[in-house]
Amino acid sequence: MPSQPRILMCPPDHYGIEYEINPWMNRSLGAVAALAFRQWQHLHDTLTSLGVTVELMSPQKGLPDLVFTANAGLVFHNTFISSRFRHEVRAKESPYFDAWFAANGFAVAHMPENSFHEGAGDSLFCGDTLFAGYRTRSDASAHQWVGKTLEARVLPLELVNPRFYHLDTCFCPIAPGEAIYFPDAFDTYGKRVLHTHVPKLIPVVEEEAFRFGCNAVVVGKTVVHNSRCPRLTEDLTRAGYRAIEVELDEFLKAGGSAKCLTLRLDGEEAAAWRGMQLE
Amino acid sequence: MSAPHVEYVEMTGHIVDSLLLPKVLDAILSRGGRYNIETLRLGQRQDDPSFVRIEVRADTPEKLEAILADIHPHGAVPRDAGDCSTVAADMDGAFPDGFYCSTNFRTQVKLNGEWVDVEDQEMDCGIAVDPEGGAARCVPMTAVKTGDRVLVGRAGTRVLPPESEMRRHELFEFMVSPVSSERPKAVSVREIAGAMRKTRAAGDRVLAVLGPAVVHTGGAELVAKLVRDGFINVLFAGNALATHDMEQAFYGTSLGVSLDRGLPTDEGHEHHLRTINTIRRMGGIKNAVDAGKLKSGIMFECVKRSVPYVLAGSIRDDGPLPEVVTDTLAAQDAMRRLIPGVGFCLMVATTLHSIAVGNLLPAWVKVACVDISPATVTKLMDRGSTQTVGIVSDAEPFIRALVNELDKPV
Repeated sequence: MPSQPRILMCPPDHYGIEYEINPWMNRSLGAVAALAFRQWQHLHDTLTSLGVTVELMSPQKGLPDLVFTANAGLVFHNTFISSRFRHEVRAKESPYFDAWFAANGFAVAHMPENSFHEGAGDSLFCGDTLFAGYRTRSDASAHQWVGKTLEARVLPLELVNPRFYHLDTCFCPIAPGEAIYFPDAFDTYGKRVLHTHVPKLIPVVEEEAFRFGCNAVVVGKTVVHNSRCPRLTEDLTRAGYRAIEVELDEFLKAGGSAKCLTLRLDGEEAAAWRGMQLE
Repeated sequence: MSAPHVEYVEMTGHIVDSLLLPKVLDAILSRGGRYNIETLRLGQRQDDPSFVRIEVRADTPEKLEAILADIHPHGAVPRDAGDCSTVAADMDGAFPDGFYCSTNFRTQVKLNGEWVDVEDQEMDCGIAVDPEGGAARCVPMTAVKTGDRVLVGRAGTRVLPPESEMRRHELFEFMVSPVSSERPKAVSVREIAGAMRKTRAAGDRVLAVLGPAVVHTGGAELVAKLVRDGFINVLFAGNALATHDMEQAFYGTSLGVSLDRGLPTDEGHEHHLRTINTIRRMGGIKNAVDAGKLKSGIMFECVKRSVPYVLAGSIRDDGPLPEVVTDTLAAQDAMRRLIPGVGFCLMVATTLHSIAVGNLLPAWVKVACVDISPATVTKLMDRGSTQTVGIVSDAEPFIRALVNELDKPV
């Protein structure tokens, strides 16, 4: 029996737009702290109401993006592969993530130096396969290293649109063999790989992709995503899912949404290894 | 002909399912490169990684660089060549078996993970790595000392293709066929004059390798002018050139033949021996200049202008002059010492000396070889000095034309 879903989050006490490392960020359009807190709390409460145990990290002053726990690293069973952030400003988050995972019983692994890999932001299991985004933040070679280490098939996909800089901004597995995605974030090779290896693909329209509809959290058959994505809600409903909209626009200003604010600790719903014992 | 610039890249992982391999191959082709799959090991099961080693070729180093930069993000990384391996020399004067035999092309060796240029590049040598392992240089067989770390095998070495060197220097842009007697000389002379000017402008030195026919044919004064004007900065020659040049300064003859009238003079056959004797009595060429005895000619100008020269001995030498280095290994070493900084080499009317110097020069130093016999030029190239262009001409008319060309305002 799969255990109760567990998700790691970090309250946005120190969240803000303090630097610009993706096309969404603009320091002159800073986030409104009170509103951000309310939106984050709404997401937190929604997940809790779905039966999720939410674990909380302590926010750290000077680390505004610590709130985006999805980028901490990649979780596989009891192993936490710590990210190697492309940008120095985010690399400072790693010691805090590493400390939390070590303190919570995970084996913390590190990638070779001089490689970049931004955790669950760029690597998502769908079935047995780890789909991996590269070019903007993570390296194709780093993904291959992960594949070798986890003895899993890794399919690196080039992210060709700088607005969709992490794989989780344009691709979200919702069950083994099923995913939502924004086709224009990928080149023809990437689209072919997705079509070949994900039997059921639900495309997200451009307008809703730009609202980060793909940056969704899946709990059982429920998909939590940003507000004002009516087509996505409709398509998910037709596919047998329940869609819940949670407005997270203050986080969109930093290039993040529901998925970025969470890190699933017991395996994503679409990951085949979830609920299985490691041999 | 296949594209000459080559690099090997490797990819590991799920490169087939992810279409990364076809993507990389497509990228190579779309950028005008070519590839050859050297090794491909496909995984047997879904989660087995595959491995490929690809030979990537392009027409120019820039194109190759662009291709490599393009495919690198997809995980195609240059083959990780390990460091070069060395063996300590077990005796003086000989390399260990299996030593790496050098060419005159620019060579790099991998030391501590870094590609390092080999210094003193010279063909037919070995390569010694310094004790700290930070530098490597060519060493001739005779210079090996017991304990020297000598490069063995080819691993961790790479030779950069000569085409890129040629383009880099852009000398002889128009000279396509390397040697021919059937070509307008004026064009060739203009090219050589241009090359000499460029060399000087770049702060490099022009080396002249001259045979005695330069003097016999009446070219000594012209060469003296080139030295005076700063167009010859290093001189390699033998006993004969120096002797004939000074004989002319003392007696107006070369091997007894009047250079003004072209006829043998009375007792003229003694002049060259008397010249050698005079210089030997004075203790050397420089002393003769300082004493006011030697007042003109090539050697005079070299002394006056402090142009370094090496006179290498031969088994048939008369005398020889005190400056002549009679130990051939010592002469080679003396020449080697003067080669760094040479950017252009002009060889006129000498066969063996030209080949000897050709052996010492790295391939990126352009050479113009002027000889009455086409065989001399061909021979030079056949021995590996492929950077040579040849001009079939008697010495004096060529030098006269060169001086005229260099006298023209730029």
